[in-house]
Amino acid sequence: MKSAVVLLPGLNRDRDMIAALTKISGTPPVTVWQTDTEIPDVDLIAIPGGFSFGDYLRCGAIAARMPVMRAVAEKAAAGVTVIGVCNGFQILVEAGLLPGALMRNTSLKFVCRQVKLEITNANTMFTRRYQPGQIIRSPVAHHDGNYFADADTLARLEGEGQVVFRYAEDTNPNGSINDIAGIVNSQGNVLGLMPHPENLIEAAHGGTDGRGLFESALGIAA
Amino acid sequence: MIKARITVTLKNGVLDPQGKAIEHALSGLGFGGVGTVRQGKVFDVELAESDKAKAEADLKAMCDKLLANTVIENYSVTLT
Repeated sequence: MKSAVVLLPGLNRDRDMIAALTKISGTPPVTVWQTDTEIPDVDLIAIPGGFSFGDYLRCGAIAARMPVMRAVAEKAAAGVTVIGVCNGFQILVEAGLLPGALMRNTSLKFVCRQVKLEITNANTMFTRRYQPGQIIRSPVAHHDGNYFADADTLARLEGEGQVVFRYAEDTNPNGSINDIAGIVNSQGNVLGLMPHPENLIEAAHGGTDGRGLFESALGIAA
Repeated sequence: MIKARITVTLKNGVLDPQGKAIEHALSGLGFGGVGTVRQGKVFDVELAESDKAKAEADLKAMCDKLLANTVIENYSVTLT
């Protein structure tokens, strides 16, 4: 499986994402820069976490308007798998590839800790290696992960099974509505999530809970 | 040249944790009777344009495309 990682100034989890994709798929991802207008033929595009453009204006707002995101949108429309983690999730939301918005944590604090996630929908291309309702661990590290959507959008997300990950066991770190940690688009090929599954993929990380997400998305047997 | 002020505010019903914290801080400073505080943003923009209608249309497009996130925010444009 071939993958690509989007690079933007201010991202800082790109090396983690590249390492995770390399270890799990066996092939290093290609990298695409913010000004690139075309993305090579790949099966999966990942937008890593960090602080693109210093979080100026709104988290992910400037990055979402860079040329590379038009290319990501074209690929997503053509059915290519897209994963945005943390700032990557914020960028996908700002780019309109996922509904809703990510706002300041209700605690007003940057939160860096491990949370529990419930696999709310195990019937997606990102979660088929997990069991429905399974609880996994995942690190989070963000200041603006408080997911918000208007009532109609929220009802649609919940009704269509687009809420894929939910903070479980009272570990919601940011006040997000309905404890939402990750969602997919209506086509099911674009995922955004605030937690960092790429940081929990091998024993040296203290666990492999995040590995199933990449194995699912890359179509790799467990 | 046209100068404009764009004000971006959170929509009603959108939780504003920062506004809440400011509200509490004001009460803590002894300002009685502070109701709700909502935080927003102001952009002062200079445009090399003389046609006011065109400027206003451009400024609104800027808000829709970048300056405001219309999922959670409203904006208003005032030529100054």
